[in-house]
Amino acid sequence: MRKLALSEDILLQAEKPARYTGGEINAVIKDREQVAVRFAMVFPDVYEIGESHLGMKILYHLLNARPDVWCERVYSPWMDMDRQMREKGIPLFALESQDPLKDFDFLGITLQYEMCYTNVLQVLDLAGIPLLAADRGEDMPLVIGGGPCAYNPEPLADFFDLFYIGEGEVSYDALLDGYKENRARGGSRQDFLRKAAEIPGIYVPSLYRPEYHEDGTLADFVPLCPEAPRKIRKVIVSQMDEAPYPLKPVVPYLKATQDRVVLEIMRGCIRGCRFCQAGMIYRPVRQKSVGKLLDTARCMQDATGYDEISLSSLSSSDYTELGPLLNGLLSECRDRKVNISLPSLRIDAFSLDVMSKVQDVKKSSLTFAPEGGTQRIRNVINKGLTEEEILSGAAEAFRGGWNKVKLYFMLGLPTETEEDMRGIAELAEKIAKCYYAEVPKEQRKGKVQITASASFFVPKPFTPFQWATMETEEEYLRRARLVKDTFREQLNRKSLHFQYHEADVTVLEGVLARGDRRVGAAILEAYRLGAIYDAWSEFFDMEKWREAFRRTGVDPDFYTRRPRQAEELFPWDFIDIGVTKRFLRREWERAMEGLVTPNCRESCSGCGAAVFGGGICHEN
Amino acid sequence: MKIRIRFSKTEDLRFISHLDVMRYFQKALRRAHVDISYTQGFSPHPVMSFASPLGLGQTSEGEYVDIEVGSSQPSAQMVERLNAVMAEGIQVLGFRRLPDTGKTNAMATIAAADYQVWLQPEEWVPRASCLGYWESYLAQDAIVVHQKTKSREADSDIRPLIQEAQWREDGSFFLRLAAGSDRNLKPEAVLDGFFLWLEEAGALPQGQKPALRIHRLDLYGEQDGKRISLEDFGEDMV
Repeated sequence: MRKLALSEDILLQAEKPARYTGGEINAVIKDREQVAVRFAMVFPDVYEIGESHLGMKILYHLLNARPDVWCERVYSPWMDMDRQMREKGIPLFALESQDPLKDFDFLGITLQYEMCYTNVLQVLDLAGIPLLAADRGEDMPLVIGGGPCAYNPEPLADFFDLFYIGEGEVSYDALLDGYKENRARGGSRQDFLRKAAEIPGIYVPSLYRPEYHEDGTLADFVPLCPEAPRKIRKVIVSQMDEAPYPLKPVVPYLKATQDRVVLEIMRGCIRGCRFCQAGMIYRPVRQKSVGKLLDTARCMQDATGYDEISLSSLSSSDYTELGPLLNGLLSECRDRKVNISLPSLRIDAFSLDVMSKVQDVKKSSLTFAPEGGTQRIRNVINKGLTEEEILSGAAEAFRGGWNKVKLYFMLGLPTETEEDMRGIAELAEKIAKCYYAEVPKEQRKGKVQITASASFFVPKPFTPFQWATMETEEEYLRRARLVKDTFREQLNRKSLHFQYHEADVTVLEGVLARGDRRVGAAILEAYRLGAIYDAWSEFFDMEKWREAFRRTGVDPDFYTRRPRQAEELFPWDFIDIGVTKRFLRREWERAMEGLVTPNCRESCSGCGAAVFGGGICHEN
Repeated sequence: MKIRIRFSKTEDLRFISHLDVMRYFQKALRRAHVDISYTQGFSPHPVMSFASPLGLGQTSEGEYVDIEVGSSQPSAQMVERLNAVMAEGIQVLGFRRLPDTGKTNAMATIAAADYQVWLQPEEWVPRASCLGYWESYLAQDAIVVHQKTKSREADSDIRPLIQEAQWREDGSFFLRLAAGSDRNLKPEAVLDGFFLWLEEAGALPQGQKPALRIHRLDLYGEQDGKRISLEDFGEDMV
């Protein structure tokens, strides 16, 4: 029997003790004496969120496939446990062995959103690992970051020994082998870091020095040793069918946010929406085959016992074999009483037919993401969804019995006018009208319910909008109120609901997303002032961040409000995602002209992702 | 056909809640490919009902869930199949067929439960010097305790609900208590009352109450005025 890190007493006081006890079905237990490398994989948020994340599961699986490595899981202790551990001096531990993180060789931290940055520091702090990489001695674990936020690692550069740029399937073997060799040779931490810098996709921040112009913009990004390449190209899987996939994922006892089999059907997206970072960094589009997916689904159901399966991709409707895949899944799932959930499907006759087979029409709602309120702004963002498509999809759905619609929008997009803002309410109104026109009075089951929600746009690195200027908090709120007022003017206002996100978080996310190495000081200060769980509105406290910016002399406006020139060197420009800066700039200019760029299936726009030699760029 | 599964909940699994156990069983039954019956409708779920929920932190070797299946192998094989997909802390101890007729619902038939309870640390209440107090505590005509439930708060006499109570030589307590939906007594209530009794007698310093380690041994129902283990309502399939 494993010895738990926390006493019974402490566990029974915790809100959910099962967050800390591990031992779930399919958790991997190895003999700590028999492995050469111990790897702790961290998701810096609460258990139920982290345990739902596909990337964690993939890495856990592929690292544990090596007999010489034991990979374990770590999540942020929830606030109640955070307090207990600090008070009682209990070091943070990994779930499987319950051993303290300090005993590990690697701490791999996945960076899925900017608002988890203070939780990264929480994890290091509770583990007793110095927050600054420069302060870590020879016996401390190596801290490596990965995930989408690693595409601009600079704000976190001081806290990490390494970053992994790209998909985990590719370079971990080389990294772990290099680590073992270095240790066998008696090499130092520094020796290993230099060696690691030569591995494709690995970035060692301490081997680079940023230099700045007088106006504060980046002048140069200088490698400090011959091992550190000037450009670091992301690494990606070229053959999805051959990539390792977790057929026996951990099955949590607690209800995780994603409590089902997750079937990744493809990576990348053909669409090229200009605000979307995922759409650029995961290029090119690569698909798995139907046969492979059906086998995978079967194995995963047998190994987990889940009664629901969900397709995962950035845009499932663009999977070219969607019909055969769904038919295959449907016939199998019917026998097994398994539900299929279909997020990110474009609403049309085909998808509605499928949905009516797998969901209860009366209870489910339809989701559209027009993102912008007018055709003009949708062209600016290159969202290839027209009003006609939305209305005909809605009409079809209403005839099929649905009467709940969710709409997602963004406010604060580049070039946005008041007409675009009002267009949000007007589009919602048109959909409501469509319901009353399509469904005869005697067939209606109550009012149509249309819920529109707006988030505020945050420009992200490696998107055509990386040059965009953000608005102030007050301006975001003014725009949101204008939309709200327009909703009140609509004839069918009783069927319409409008909600919007917090504006202060948006501005902060903007600073962290396009920040440089100097922003790290503010993150550290905010954490010291008590900022933690910033992604949770009940804990987020902008005042702490404002104070941290004041104390460290970091000016948020420099990162959010300053116009960026075409030729400006960005902190993330040393990373090569395949997609070129030239292409991104061209897309920015086309956006300003309101020109739509065709998607990857219609025609190739020469973004640069073809250098990887795989995926859609090389089909036919 | 109706099946009654008896299982244990021990080790680290004592930290997962009753709700989590229910979800766990839904998945475990699928992993073992048990031919379980489902409800009708758009989101069919397996027909299952659990007996009296166990408190968080407590262990048990007498937990029960009733299910309905379309077909089944002999009991021994089903137990083996299920245990092949179980977590270490939950083991299936029995898989028996219930009679098709009669009142068999696990929750409805419960009349009593057996518990074994240890004090931690034991030396706070030494058996040698406190056994007399235990006997005088139980010898009362009525044991009135203040009990809080979600809906109400009241004084009630728990003495009639204590069917058997011994302080054994190994230091543990054996308790047979009324259980079920209308008259249910938790072992904590019996021992909290005892600690109060000790405090009043000056035999236990105020605020120095030992923690309880509670283990459920079995659940019982009543049939023709006789107490029988919930497991014995069913019969092994051979």
